[in-house]
Amino acid sequence: MMKKSKLGYLFIAPATLHLLIFAVFPMAFSIFLSFYKWNLLTSERHFMGLSNYSYAFKDPLFWNAMWNSTKYALLSVPLGMVAGLAIALVVNQKLRGVTIFRTLYYIPAISSGVAISILWIYIYMPETGLINTVLGMLHINNKTDFLKNESLAMYALVFMSIWVGLGPRMVLFLSGLIGIPPSLYEAAELDGANKLRSFWNVTLPMLIPTTFFVLITSTIGALQVFTPVYIMTQGGPNEKTDVVGYHIYVEAWSKFLIGIASAKSFVLLVVIILVSIIQFRVLRSQLEGYSTT
Amino acid sequence: MKKFLSYFFMIVLALFLMAPFVWMVLVSLQPNKAPIPTLDHVIPEHPAWSNYKLVLFDQPNLPVWRFFLNSLIVTFSVVVGQLFVSSLAAYGFARMNFTGRNLIFYLFLGSLMFSGPVTQLPVYLLVRSLGWLDTYAALIVPGVSSAFSVFLLRQAFMGVPMELDEAARIDGAGDFRIYARIVMPLTGAALATSAAFSFFAVWTDFFWPLLSTSSSNMRTLEVGLSVFKTSYGTTNWPLQMTATVLVMIPLLVAFLFSQRYFTKGIMIGSIK
Repeated sequence: MMKKSKLGYLFIAPATLHLLIFAVFPMAFSIFLSFYKWNLLTSERHFMGLSNYSYAFKDPLFWNAMWNSTKYALLSVPLGMVAGLAIALVVNQKLRGVTIFRTLYYIPAISSGVAISILWIYIYMPETGLINTVLGMLHINNKTDFLKNESLAMYALVFMSIWVGLGPRMVLFLSGLIGIPPSLYEAAELDGANKLRSFWNVTLPMLIPTTFFVLITSTIGALQVFTPVYIMTQGGPNEKTDVVGYHIYVEAWSKFLIGIASAKSFVLLVVIILVSIIQFRVLRSQLEGYSTT
Repeated sequence: MKKFLSYFFMIVLALFLMAPFVWMVLVSLQPNKAPIPTLDHVIPEHPAWSNYKLVLFDQPNLPVWRFFLNSLIVTFSVVVGQLFVSSLAAYGFARMNFTGRNLIFYLFLGSLMFSGPVTQLPVYLLVRSLGWLDTYAALIVPGVSSAFSVFLLRQAFMGVPMELDEAARIDGAGDFRIYARIVMPLTGAALATSAAFSFFAVWTDFFWPLLSTSSSNMRTLEVGLSVFKTSYGTTNWPLQMTATVLVMIPLLVAFLFSQRYFTKGIMIGSIK
């Protein structure tokens, strides 16, 4: 056991001070702001009680944005995770040159978000965009303007986010796969399990901690998406891609409704925490189910 | 057969992920202001390298080199600052014992996961009241410590055998000496991983530099590119793609040097 020593405080002091100033205090201050009416430009602030919150809950555009973010997360997270796991299974084999592929797959994720968004505006353009060019060659209708089509714009954003996130999810699942002791597979084989069964009964249960990590971080990221929406659709067409991160940005920085933006971001924070707790509970019960049987 | 299918899958996937980038380069070499080419004309007969000269040297309203310099200064400062501040804290959390240690660590973890949506506005106000808006301080100071790095490095530091500390203590070494001479040198890979992650996060950060700077002399490359998009609209795709390629090049070069820390590095600490 390590001896208690006051010197430890000295080691953590700079980081902790920084955390207090740039994370803890701002969080508290945003609660304070959410009770006021303020436009950022004057020093005049009016106490509003809870009315910013009741405004937020009555605002159909806020509900629309929350729904859009939910839809975005519900589509991009599971699809992205399944794709990431599938790729991890393939590149986990001992094949010549496999590390080159792993590296290539990571490139979209380290790219500039603005550059990627501009690139994908181009890919989605009607007639001349990459997708429509290929469709045109196959003599399929190539006039769809994906980003301006109300029913397709959200899917276009989701598809791009999966493309960007494949590499990191692959690496995370790969690290989970590498951590599974080979003896478990040997035991399953001795019990007469085929490949599919041992995938189901060994691989998947052993990947639960990895899955948990990927699920929570991906969901939190998806619920806060901003850059692609800002660059590619500005929430359009007809608010169909107006996700909550972008909605709050507009409330704060175009309309200067600081109190309302703070209240809405606080609601978003509570939603994110609740979703994480639920995911944690569900996966923990899964994990316990396996350890007792 | 299985091997063949695996390679087939990997190659198709690589094409799916790389084709947009190839396309980007090809369009950037079309003549300036040219209409978008059809697929059979996408490989330019006379590559318009002059687009690159145009974007790099003939943009009176967009100080491209200044954007690059700003990104360099900001990223370098944040990465170095984070390595120092976060590794000190990580050492404290991993190898020292004091009252409230776990509680404070949970505060770091909680802020890592949940502080995103609510802190930006108050941090902006804080930076504004300090008079830092549109300065390097605004771009650097809020980033010099990261809960993610603390978390990652703590995991790595816990992996260094405690016996080494004890031996060093018998020789009269204090904690700072153990941190600097034993733990840091033995966890080079984790430090490099942490540095690589923060390099890419800071270099490609968009939201914060967008909020905290306003003059074009303080913009970073990432914000500069979005300004470039607004001033050229979607009318001049060859030039637009040239700018996009130019923003990507430093990232690709950096990735080339650090890629093994992304594909191996995560395994060191993040989810053990």
